[in-house]
Amino acid sequence: MKLTGSQIVIETLIEQGVTDVFGYPGGQVLNIYDELYKAQDRINHVLTAHEQGASHAADGYARSTGKVGVVIATSGPGATNLVTGIATAMLDSVPMVAITGNVPNALIGRDSFQEIDITGITLPITKHNYFVSDVNELAETIREAFKIAKSGRPGPVLIDIPKDVQIASAEYEKAEVVKAFTDKKAKDKCIEQAAALINESKRPYIYIGGGVLGRDIAPDVMTFAEKIGGYIGCTFMGLSAFPSDHERFLGMQGMHGHYASSMANKEADLVIGIGVRFSDRATGNTAKYVKNTQFIQLDVDSSELGKNIKVDVGVHGDLKDSLERICALVKKDERPGWKEIVESLQAEEKAIAQKAEEATAVPLTPKQVMDIINDIKLDSTVVATDVGQHQMWAAQYLKFRKNRTFISSGGLGTMGYGLGAAIGAAVGSKERAILVTGDGSFGMNLNELATAVSYNLPVTIVLLNNGVLGMVRQWQTLFYGERYSNTVLGRKTDFMKLADAFGAKGYRVATPEAFRAAFSEASESEGTCLIEVLIDKDEFVLPMLPPGGSIDDIIVAKERGE
Amino acid sequence: MSKFVIAVLVDNKPGVLMRVTSMFTRRAFNIDALTVSTIEDPNYSRITITISGDENTKDQFVSQMKKLYNVKKVKVLDDDVTVKRELMLIKVKNSPETRPDIMAAAEIYRAKIIDYSTDVMSVELTGEPTKLDAFIKIMMPLGILEMCRTGIVAIERGTDTMINQE
Repeated sequence: MKLTGSQIVIETLIEQGVTDVFGYPGGQVLNIYDELYKAQDRINHVLTAHEQGASHAADGYARSTGKVGVVIATSGPGATNLVTGIATAMLDSVPMVAITGNVPNALIGRDSFQEIDITGITLPITKHNYFVSDVNELAETIREAFKIAKSGRPGPVLIDIPKDVQIASAEYEKAEVVKAFTDKKAKDKCIEQAAALINESKRPYIYIGGGVLGRDIAPDVMTFAEKIGGYIGCTFMGLSAFPSDHERFLGMQGMHGHYASSMANKEADLVIGIGVRFSDRATGNTAKYVKNTQFIQLDVDSSELGKNIKVDVGVHGDLKDSLERICALVKKDERPGWKEIVESLQAEEKAIAQKAEEATAVPLTPKQVMDIINDIKLDSTVVATDVGQHQMWAAQYLKFRKNRTFISSGGLGTMGYGLGAAIGAAVGSKERAILVTGDGSFGMNLNELATAVSYNLPVTIVLLNNGVLGMVRQWQTLFYGERYSNTVLGRKTDFMKLADAFGAKGYRVATPEAFRAAFSEASESEGTCLIEVLIDKDEFVLPMLPPGGSIDDIIVAKERGE
Repeated sequence: MSKFVIAVLVDNKPGVLMRVTSMFTRRAFNIDALTVSTIEDPNYSRITITISGDENTKDQFVSQMKKLYNVKKVKVLDDDVTVKRELMLIKVKNSPETRPDIMAAAEIYRAKIIDYSTDVMSVELTGEPTKLDAFIKIMMPLGILEMCRTGIVAIERGTDTMINQE
């Protein structure tokens, strides 16, 4: 059947199983929006306040559902506003398709109004991108984009469509939902070498990341860990991939990770990395990190093997398949000696936590806030965060029992990511989503409150307000002689009036009891709620491995001044 | 540090070279030389890249390259079975004092004099990069005005080709 380019865009999206898209209209996507209008009973469009918010919403939607997130924006500023969102998705391997309009082919290259080379701009931050100059290639290009976005290690793909291509007609024939490329199976030799190393190991530590979350293989990791008597820690990106309260799970490791997991990694004689990139935030100083330890790394992306640290065995292939085959080859061994060591590490962690709690003089601590959220949130509730101290507190203290219930910008560390992401998660999960944010991050994209309220989306915003840019300030306290350059906000923003102005329900709390009451009420309400939680500006995220340091330099407690 | 010559088969489409070079910048690879040309099959182009680095750099380079969607095949050429050639054009001062040395060197190196005037001479030379380097050394004191090199093109001996190899 003969369709116009913009009809092909919509039909192909629907054909590929897309039910929700996020975006913002403009001159060069008018035709696509015209078709969206006509197809509104078949595809839901969420209009955000800003294209950046739309890109984060598509990302949050993708992370919480596992589907490909779709975002649409116009040419020029519409397209450049997507850049941060696309880069965020790239660094965290999130499947996303971004569709931008551009000026007609005849005007390309003339610095026409709202013309920008968005494929050039997004080249290093997309898995792949397309400029579609011929309407006959449009449908196939969109399908290919979906295939690339969800294959192997997922990522964002951008399609730039000039307006004349949206107007021109071509034959369209409905096609099947594209399947991801089949991932390679690891070589037998690598599997055997990995199994041999594990059998020799006395203290195996299993270190899981975003790859485990994306492939959803927590049960396989569990079986494997139990068989070899191994303990599990995760990266920031691996949070929620594995149940937090499992007895073999030690929590996130790294710069602000749990004491027990970071230490277990150090004490281990073998680290088995599954879907991790050994990022600097997780390892600290790599020269000290690799000392006396052997490494096995499993990844679907061969370029990750040995990229950041030298590994003894690299296993390139589908994670589930690799893990199952290794698991079949290893000997069952409870490794009681290792258990003893880990248990003493856990006891040390507990003691540190207790000491910290006793030293607390302020009325409401971030940990108390997270504990209360844990008490009330459902297993299926998605928690999104922004970036900063609140993000690390959420990562440290929140408990997860279901995959894809923690979404946060790990790789790029995008302040302003959270509200858009929470909106995407609420749309995707059709359930209440929680945003844990700080006053700094929230200030970056709070305009999306308008979106959440307009669509009556169930989003609970927990805004930890300490009046400062806490994470940067923490570094200034520790490493810059308490010279608080531009981190004391001193803003006059009244968040209650702000919530009111946007049409959200606002709460301001300063005690655990008040927070519990507000959070419970918000959880049972209908729409968008903002809970401003007043916390102390001198709260630290601890433990902390100083930048460039190693686990030996871990800071576990703060010298509390006057 | 070793030098590696890597042959890459890519889709013959606009913008592909930019995708490849953008990856170099993004991953901080240092490129010594790069050549691009069409091949017998019009669907593909062949890029020959020379990089310096250790084994790990080479492996990273190959896997990062393979991740690009327009890259079809990547092969690190085996030094023992590879023929490498480079072309150079070099313009030198032509004076009664330097002329005999230039002519003699050109003859011994089997270079071609491709332009000649009373004060300038242009020489074309093809060969292994080391041969070109040696020729430049001789010309240096004689007065090089301008020069350019194509970068290495390389091909393996035998019946195997990039397209038919797995």
